[in-house]
Amino acid sequence: MERLPVLKTLKCLVGGAFIRSEGGGVYPFYNHRGHFIANIPLCTRKDLRNAVEAAAKAAPGWASRSPYNRGQILYRVAEMLEARASELAEVLKLSNRSSRDALREVHASIERVIHYAGWTDKFQAILGSVNPVATQHFNFTLAEPIGVVGVLAPEERPLLALLSLVLPAITSGNTVVALASHTQPISAIVLGEILAVSDLPEGVVNLLSGRRTDLLPTFATHEQLRVVCAVANGSDRKAIEHGAADSVKRTVILNGDPACDWFADSMQGPCLIRDFVEFKTVWHPIGG
Amino acid sequence: MTTSASHRLRSLLDEVGTVDQTGIEERVQKYATRSVKKHSKVFGLKLAVSMVDLTTLEGKDTPGKVLSLCQKAVHPHEDAAIPSVAAVCVYPSMVKHARRHLSGSAVRIASVATAFPSGQTPLATRLKEVRSAVGDGADEIDMVINRGAFLAGELDLVQDEISAVREACGKATLKVILETSELETYDNIRLASFLAMRVLRAGDFIKTSTGKTSANATLANNQVMLDAIRDHYFQTGVEIAMKPAGGIRAAKQAITFLVAVKETLGDRWLNNTRYRFGASSLLNDLILQLEKERTGRYQAPYALSEASGNY
Amino acid sequence: MAQKKSPTPVRELLFGNLWEFDPSPESASPNIDPRYDLFINGKTVVPRSGKYFASTSPRNGKKLADIAEAGAADVEAAYVAASQAFPKWSRLPGAERGKYLFRIARLLQDRSREFAVAETLDGGKPIRESRDFDVPMAAAHFFYFAGWADKLDYLAAGRKAVPLGVIGQVIPWNFPLLMLAWKIAPALAGGNTVVLKPAETTSITAMKFVSILHAAGLPPGVVNIVTGASETGSAVIRHPGAAKIAFTGSTAVGKEIQRATAGTGKRLTLELGGKAANIVFEDAPIDQAVEGIVNGIFFNQGHVCCAGSRLLLQESVADAVLRRLKLRVQQLRVGDPLDKNTDLGAINSPQQLRKIQALVKCGVHEGADLYQPEVNLPKKGWYFPPTIFSNVSMSHQIAREEIFGPILSVLTFRTAEEALEKANNTRFGLSAGVWTDKGSRILKMSGALKSGVVWANTYNKFDPASPFGGYKESGFGREGGKHGLLEYLQLT
Repeated sequence: MERLPVLKTLKCLVGGAFIRSEGGGVYPFYNHRGHFIANIPLCTRKDLRNAVEAAAKAAPGWASRSPYNRGQILYRVAEMLEARASELAEVLKLSNRSSRDALREVHASIERVIHYAGWTDKFQAILGSVNPVATQHFNFTLAEPIGVVGVLAPEERPLLALLSLVLPAITSGNTVVALASHTQPISAIVLGEILAVSDLPEGVVNLLSGRRTDLLPTFATHEQLRVVCAVANGSDRKAIEHGAADSVKRTVILNGDPACDWFADSMQGPCLIRDFVEFKTVWHPIGG
Repeated sequence: MTTSASHRLRSLLDEVGTVDQTGIEERVQKYATRSVKKHSKVFGLKLAVSMVDLTTLEGKDTPGKVLSLCQKAVHPHEDAAIPSVAAVCVYPSMVKHARRHLSGSAVRIASVATAFPSGQTPLATRLKEVRSAVGDGADEIDMVINRGAFLAGELDLVQDEISAVREACGKATLKVILETSELETYDNIRLASFLAMRVLRAGDFIKTSTGKTSANATLANNQVMLDAIRDHYFQTGVEIAMKPAGGIRAAKQAITFLVAVKETLGDRWLNNTRYRFGASSLLNDLILQLEKERTGRYQAPYALSEASGNY
Repeated sequence: MAQKKSPTPVRELLFGNLWEFDPSPESASPNIDPRYDLFINGKTVVPRSGKYFASTSPRNGKKLADIAEAGAADVEAAYVAASQAFPKWSRLPGAERGKYLFRIARLLQDRSREFAVAETLDGGKPIRESRDFDVPMAAAHFFYFAGWADKLDYLAAGRKAVPLGVIGQVIPWNFPLLMLAWKIAPALAGGNTVVLKPAETTSITAMKFVSILHAAGLPPGVVNIVTGASETGSAVIRHPGAAKIAFTGSTAVGKEIQRATAGTGKRLTLELGGKAANIVFEDAPIDQAVEGIVNGIFFNQGHVCCAGSRLLLQESVADAVLRRLKLRVQQLRVGDPLDKNTDLGAINSPQQLRKIQALVKCGVHEGADLYQPEVNLPKKGWYFPPTIFSNVSMSHQIAREEIFGPILSVLTFRTAEEALEKANNTRFGLSAGVWTDKGSRILKMSGALKSGVVWANTYNKFDPASPFGGYKESGFGREGGKHGLLEYLQLT
């Protein structure tokens, strides 16, 4: 007799715990053959508010870790992703992707995590500088984390694109609240599970699911989010940039149409880290 | 702060010297790598027991609580090889109850006083409290310094108040609580240590904290104060004692603090006239470890008297 | 009649035996094989000559293992393997090379304790140091350079960074596994292949490292390890297959290597000896300066090229510092390196011990004041107590010659200018220390000191991200950071 499998309840990683939406809402996810797979939390702006609080609480601790320690933790994320690579590929295939394409996205995601694991203790050497000023002063510029960052992932490449937006922020010591793809949310949920066992401190990454229309205004205007990084066009883009003005929030908007080539090398590197840092310049006299 | 006050602060700091935070924190990490085993471990654990100021400082303290405390202080465990603690530490109103239970015992009675923990009452009130506690039978007084005045640079005022309390103590031993968490920097802790020591007698104490704030004794602030005690001894020949308080719950921590004493001040400070632990739950953890050494088995906390918790 | 002034009583602390620590030996097993052969082309290979030499444990003089002696033919085979492995290895995408290095780092972390015990047994350093410093730092180097492998073009400023080819590397006995990591990690990250010769008295952790390479699946020939003494080293240096030679060791040998590679077109980096000045100003936080002085000269028994072997004390604080320094030194536990409480372990070899003894004798003979705390040295093995010479001047031999042992020479100065002159008055220029509370003075001193590394209010701090190397006869080239990685690349 065939055994009845247990259906997994999907919850969102916020503050190191897995939550349902405080509003209690969900939307059903069907695979490409129309079979019901699971209910996905419809996160509200209050969930977003709570996530920002969790990210803010985690921010000082994460920023004060040594760059080496952050690199070790990111590498562990890669280890955990690798161990569950086939599970992640199966999740992507639920949305009518071929095995080959799904695995390609999973492998590229793992490589990207490793790439950023190797930046944590190096980007300072590229982005920072000692400045040769004309007066008798030692002058240096440091790239420092900006704080709490908001991310709005695109619909396509739900794992790779999400990671590509989150990684440069946490590599440089920031904490993140991200909204996953609406049409393909499950890989983000599984990513949350993986992050929770990777020694990543709670609150450093918070992953919400739901509707962009519900949450975009709050992403744009929440004053404690100091950067919003989004794949957005047209009215979405304008809404983010306009809402950001009230708190002089930095916006990093990628054009969603045509879609980015998320596999390209240009979608990773210190130029992207630069979007998430503040440059601090310090002067000190040289003398007896 | 006034210019003369800041001048005084600056010149005292120049006189006693500064402390490098990174350097001292690295130094004390080495103490934690010391591996104290077998006989040396048993010696250290028993020494620590003999140094405990067994403390209860709660609004809800009653004579009944003090009775339990005193009994535990005199007989920490049925194993007679485990010594009594150094003292009990209670609020002034509890001193007379402790006196009843401890007459004839070598366990001393320490009373907090001077509007512990904040110190925020007029000096006259604080001195009256000290005299009253001593009159009720306190052998030792744990006072708090005036942190507000210290941070405002009024160092003479801070020192004069300590002198006044010293006088009010009469024959009782005085312990001066610096409240390290409020002084914040190691430089300030060193400064405050000297301010106090210069008006104390041999056998008086400087003490880290009240245990009533979120940050208490650490290896680093313990080290700042041990170094100050050493320097004061070199300058004057007067041996001042040390008491870290609050935050030391595990036997292993206590041993590490004692390693610091051993390597900084040496043998003459490794006894309870020169070093104390202000603690409550530490005592049972020390006994647990001693029992483990004695029987070879890990112990369950609930087997000990006055155990807290249910598991 | 004038009153005789009564002298200030000397107030002493008592550091006796009231609370003696019991022995606390580390019990983890080092898994040392009785014999180690050469590692060439991914395989364990017996030396052509069939010759082996013994590796002894400095803690008791007993033999630990037999080590293969590589002759010219073996070194030739190693270079052939490295050359053959180079094309494929260098053409691998950087990210793939990086992943091999990440694996190595993690595997080393897994077996950290085992390697630490082996390092202590083979070299004599305290287990606390090999456990808490050498092995974790070696793993950190592999981890750090793993992350550079796919990022090389960021170093090239508009050009392209490509590997050099086969690198010949010869490393010393003072930090055997760590020096191996310092050499191999950047070489591999850059796409090069390697022929490495460990020091003859400390080959064991290098040969154990071979098992890590197997577990990591590193392609054969990328790393080749040939053990032996100076003849083997000479063969590695002189082999025409090397695109570059990287050497850490004494200045005398460094000069020989520079002569031997002249005219060959080989790139060369040398990390040689030192005689660092550790300068303490009157406003330095005294106890932390004392700790830094102790770390500077007694860490690893003073077997450190960048050891703070000359203490320059500002006169006004000289007595206060010296007094506390002597007290601190009395707390150092000298003895069995396997004991977790040991601070100062064994001297690496009888030759090194004789050299130290001779120089100490010289110091006494030249009139410097000797201080040594009372210590009970173990009867077997090679040990020397921590030693402080005061009233030393720059004309004393002990102030000029690198001793490479736990011997500190103390000089004094009055002004910053004088301190600078004395500090720079040496052929060496590897490192220096500055202790002061004044920030602008730190920056002025570090600007004027002719040293590749300056430690301000700290000493003997190392990080894979921090470039390390010397001025003058302490060598040229840097290890660590992007500067270190560039030494293994050419820009086209």
